[in-house]
Amino acid sequence: MNVFSLIDWWTLCIAALCAASCGMIGTFLVVRRLSLMGDAISHSVLPGLGAAFILTGTRSPAAMMAGALAAGVLTAALAAGVKRIGRLPYDAALGVVFTSLFAVGVLMVTWVAQSIDLDPGCVLYGLLELVSLDRVEVLGVSVPRALPWQAGLFAGNLLLIVLLFKELRIASFDPHLATALGFHAGAVQALVLTAVAATTVVSFEAVGSILVVALLVAPGATAQLLSDRLGRMVALAAGLGASAATLGYLGAVALNANIAGMIAVAAGAQFLLAAAFAPRYGVAARAFRHAALSLRIAREDVLGVLYRLGERGPTGAHAVLQHAQAVRAAGATWAARLACAQLRRRGLVEQRGDELALTPRGVDAARRIVRAHRLWESYLSQNLPLPLDHLHDPSERFEHFMPEDMREQLAAEIGDQPDPHGREIPPR
Amino acid sequence: MNTFLSDLARFLSLQDANTRTVVLGACALGVACGVVGCLATLRRRALLGDAVAHAALPGVCAAFFIVQSRSFAALMLGALVFGALAAGLVALVRAWTRVREDAAIGIAIGSFFGLGVVWSGLISQRPQGAGAGLDGFIFGKAASMTRADVVAITAVAAACLGVVALLYKEFKALAFDEEFAAAQGWPTVALDLVVMALVCACTVAGLPAVGVVMVVALLVIPPAAARCWTDRLGVVLLLAGGIGLFAAAVGVGLSATLPAPRGALTRGWPTGPLIVLVAAAVFVLGAFFSPRRGVLAQARHRRAVEAPPP
Repeated sequence: MNVFSLIDWWTLCIAALCAASCGMIGTFLVVRRLSLMGDAISHSVLPGLGAAFILTGTRSPAAMMAGALAAGVLTAALAAGVKRIGRLPYDAALGVVFTSLFAVGVLMVTWVAQSIDLDPGCVLYGLLELVSLDRVEVLGVSVPRALPWQAGLFAGNLLLIVLLFKELRIASFDPHLATALGFHAGAVQALVLTAVAATTVVSFEAVGSILVVALLVAPGATAQLLSDRLGRMVALAAGLGASAATLGYLGAVALNANIAGMIAVAAGAQFLLAAAFAPRYGVAARAFRHAALSLRIAREDVLGVLYRLGERGPTGAHAVLQHAQAVRAAGATWAARLACAQLRRRGLVEQRGDELALTPRGVDAARRIVRAHRLWESYLSQNLPLPLDHLHDPSERFEHFMPEDMREQLAAEIGDQPDPHGREIPPR
Repeated sequence: MNTFLSDLARFLSLQDANTRTVVLGACALGVACGVVGCLATLRRRALLGDAVAHAALPGVCAAFFIVQSRSFAALMLGALVFGALAAGLVALVRAWTRVREDAAIGIAIGSFFGLGVVWSGLISQRPQGAGAGLDGFIFGKAASMTRADVVAITAVAAACLGVVALLYKEFKALAFDEEFAAAQGWPTVALDLVVMALVCACTVAGLPAVGVVMVVALLVIPPAAARCWTDRLGVVLLLAGGIGLFAAAVGVGLSATLPAPRGALTRGWPTGPLIVLVAAAVFVLGAFFSPRRGVLAQARHRRAVEAPPP
């Protein structure tokens, strides 16, 4: 059967809008290390709904909205208070607050159980499957009832972020600067948390609480792996949320599985992919950079050893080194073996039988390394009261990281004299 | 009122075998979670249990998928494996990427639970129908604990307490001065893994009894309550265990004796939330009335400092 014939575009649209709204506002939670706020608020909304029902006796959207919002704001305020009074880490304070509020909520629901239909399955998993059956007329077009809500939520979050972007950025990264500039970082923070509470409540009925938790955190954290700029992060998070919703929805349709669950899985999979393969901050990229650095250091060590060997022998003669000795000189690791092969391939070293020797280009490259090494030794011995046998090790490390201009600056400062061990500092 | 008193008398005398089972299971869980929760909180992993608890759902589904039966031991083992997987992923993300632990825990909660929802839905669609309602396993029902469940919970609790007692000195160093522990030559990473394993074990043992959210509460609230009274780790551990025990016993007692809400479909109040609220009440009590760190004591102290000299 053709999968595309099963797609309900209204459902997909609602899920994507909701995911984008959550992703945008969730980014501010992630950068402030408040990610678990989403988890906490989505649990503590329960007593808010219960209290609103008990007080007003209705399930009108306005009453439910007000109760849930109040519960969300109460959670944030209580968590701050518990953190201060109990001197607890923030996550523990949050845990104390939201589990207690949830317990109150469960008791409330038990109390009014006969008159309210709050199905735990509906609250947790959402009813995305049925969302497009419940219709209203908007401007003469029949659309799902959730669509205007989600569109309004998206517009509201977007408006908040665009209008207050500068304030949000300063309050997120430097609350003291915010105070110095004359606005209250705490107030901005409270506004963000209120927006998170509103997002949670509006998304609740359509997609369920568990998906809200995943979508508030995962797109923002994924965006954090892909960018350093807050504006780009927010836009990326919105896009990543929408793409998780689309992928999850298609997967759910293909497998005939729960849509909200599948979207949460897709959001988590996107995060794992980014954590593994993000261009700068991914695990693979970091491992690659690390390996490249190890290789460069091993190459430079082999060159340095060959150069020093050449100095000791009769002038003009080629210094040769057994391959195994060269590998040992560079640390006897896999990187050292690979480094020798690379030097050969780049024409810096030639191999005759089992012996390695520097080519003319290799001599130039090796001279720069040894020059950096000896300049640093001279500089250390002139400026720090170090014994002679303490100069080699730091220079052996630093020779790999000395840029050209620094090398020449040091040379100018030290002047024309041998290094502290009495060896000539090679010319440029 | 009369029925309340007679219910109370029945509960206190522990004459029902069922009551005895539930009380024993809940108390063992309360003690173990309280003690292990202290270590988790000190390692700034208070909500790791939350990720473990949510990851149990796909674990239960995987176990059912493999053994094709609702064997309690298999389901627990599946929950434990997936819980450990979630905890391990959180630790790896923290160690290898710039993403913070709180975000990693949030993603683990959402994604693992989403996976569980998908998987349990697919299992319950199958014609045999034996897989229906697998998710009930992790929402917990203290009143339906059987003798075998209680034996398992008590064994896990005793094992956790034994590990904490044996490694107390090492855990103390790890919690307050990790560099010192490393300088002593102790394997800090392995010790950290032991703490995480203890959290996993307690969480999974508590799931069938009190459910996802309430087991997190048992890991977080008693340590917070104990912390109000003292700064000494040994005393905090003992107090947290005691508060967990007290909350469990009183919570089960209230659930067994409070008159049911009018017109309710079920008999009596759910046990898990009552246990949590008793623990929360103990925390509030400590936060306000603790002689040195309580709000009232602090206020009095501040007044004494600000008062003009006579």
